[in-house]
Amino acid sequence: MQNGEDVKKALGKTAAYGSDIDIDRFDEGTYKPEQYENLEDAKEYKDRMTDVGMATDENNRSGSIIFIDNGMSHCSNKEQEGVELMSTNDARKKYDWLKDYYWTAVDPQKDKYTAKTYLEDSDGYFIHVKAGYAVKNPVQTCMLLNKNKSIQNLHNIIIVDEGASLEIITGCATSSHANDALHVGVSEIFVKDNASLKFSMIHNWNTETGVRPRTVAKMGKDAHFINNYVLLNPVGSLQSYPAALLNGEGSSAAFNTMCLSHKGSNIDTGGMVVLNAKKTSAEIMSRSIVKGGQIIARGRLVGNAPGAKAHLECRSIMIDDGGSSIAIPELEAHVADVEMTHEAAVGKIARDQIEYLMSRGISEDDAVSMIVKGFLSGSINGLPLSLKKEIDAAIEKANLGS
Amino acid sequence: MLEIKDLHVEAGEKEILKGINLTVKEGETCVLFGPNGSGKSTLLAAIMGYGTCKVTKGTIAFKGQDITNMTVDQRAKLGIGMMMQRPPNVVGVKLGDIVKVAGKGDDSAIKNAAKFKLNGFLERDVNVGFSGGEIKRSELLQLTAQKPEFVLLDEPESGVDLETIDLIGAKVHDLLYDPKACGVGNAVKRHVASLVITHTGQILDYIGADCAYIMRDGLILCSGRPMDLLKDIREKGYGECVKCRMVKM
Repeated sequence: MQNGEDVKKALGKTAAYGSDIDIDRFDEGTYKPEQYENLEDAKEYKDRMTDVGMATDENNRSGSIIFIDNGMSHCSNKEQEGVELMSTNDARKKYDWLKDYYWTAVDPQKDKYTAKTYLEDSDGYFIHVKAGYAVKNPVQTCMLLNKNKSIQNLHNIIIVDEGASLEIITGCATSSHANDALHVGVSEIFVKDNASLKFSMIHNWNTETGVRPRTVAKMGKDAHFINNYVLLNPVGSLQSYPAALLNGEGSSAAFNTMCLSHKGSNIDTGGMVVLNAKKTSAEIMSRSIVKGGQIIARGRLVGNAPGAKAHLECRSIMIDDGGSSIAIPELEAHVADVEMTHEAAVGKIARDQIEYLMSRGISEDDAVSMIVKGFLSGSINGLPLSLKKEIDAAIEKANLGS
Repeated sequence: MLEIKDLHVEAGEKEILKGINLTVKEGETCVLFGPNGSGKSTLLAAIMGYGTCKVTKGTIAFKGQDITNMTVDQRAKLGIGMMMQRPPNVVGVKLGDIVKVAGKGDDSAIKNAAKFKLNGFLERDVNVGFSGGEIKRSELLQLTAQKPEFVLLDEPESGVDLETIDLIGAKVHDLLYDPKACGVGNAVKRHVASLVITHTGQILDYIGADCAYIMRDGLILCSGRPMDLLKDIREKGYGECVKCRMVKM
């Protein structure tokens, strides 16, 4: 365990990226939210949950965990024999061994947000897949930020044991009540030897909301991790920089990010993969659309072992003037036998492509929207089909042609 | 159907069309001959309204309406369609999606993709990695869905093998002729007009043609019966052909 005094000092530590947020100006979040046995009964939140990919009828889902502010509101599990779903604090009480994972991937002293989460003993979701178990349908988790002027602190732990596989769809959103509020989510992910995890996250915030996720995945031998991140609606300030540590030989990680930056949105996103073991591979893909907002797309690949292969791609379309797009691809190698590449491109949509579609009787707005949808979703592999609909709807709503 | 008067067009700050006068009547197929760089493709692009072409003088009228300042999609909605020689790649936009939207709810073209030998192409990003023949067939499938009243065909037969020419010829024929009328060829009444660029004249074996123009250096130098002009060009080349007509004029 960490020295509490040291962590307290980290409460004053500004994060490496993103604008600084004064966490003291927020009230404490609610710890005892309303409990819903059936998600269909959560009428007030249903639309928001659906918008971020949740199936409220829970069809085609192996289980669901819903948090409202800082407390769990719903937990259901259809695959008891292979999957454990509960709150992180319940899991800590139940399993002594959890201390071998708890705060071992993310450093509590990383910055003020992790320090706050550590010192609050924040709750979150705990997902454990037993060794060798292949979970058929995705597990869904939803983090709703409901109380305005409050801070939501969460600490999630995902363990996919040896030879197991899991898909998670997670949605984070503000409810209609919250706007000027802060979401902090620490996620510690462990994908063991020969295991795989596909993790798709959709965010849907409000115009003033601050968002500071802190995610680190530790990967075993021949373990595979796909991380999809989607943000298409306005947000105040979002800074996210998940990392995957490829510690096991032959492991791989893919980070796919698609963002739309509206006027007033300040987005600093990306990912880092550290290739620590032999024959590991990584891919970081970022696609962003800038419509008046700010976006920084980061990507960092660190090659520390022979046979490492990695590629990084940051592409951005600027719809009009008034926003800004910054691509920061970084490649770092510490051994000779690595193959690491990157490409980055920023520009507007090619006029000839728009006119080509217009010549088929498609209006300019529709042509732009078709091209943007294709640019965002067509280029990212492994995105759950159910999310595509939400993505298309968000792009329609953004009215990019005008 | 189409009436162009004294059309001057700039592309890339350079005047490419220097006063074109041209008329295409309803159901008529007109051919544009002319050496490379004479402005034929620019003329087609100007009729479609592409942004690369800036009209500096003159007018284009279609079905009695002045379309000179209309947007590309307005022209398409009025009934103009275009088969491009080198359409752009549009990453992420599937051929099937375009065909679907172009068909405005009529999905008969999509169902006929196999007849265009485009099985498996509907799910592919349009034009990305398509061969020469595949691009032609894809363009024709899109146009078939779109059902234009007037089509601009930019070298429909260029760069494709002999077998594919047969297919393309048949599909262009179907596009121009009333499918309800029986028979094949000139005997049947055309219901769609067209302006066709061709160097070899091969496509005319399939669709026939009513009139032809020879373009050179941004001007139409002469008009005549398609086969007569083609014969002149074949025998004498553009240089002689143009000289002859110039003298006559």
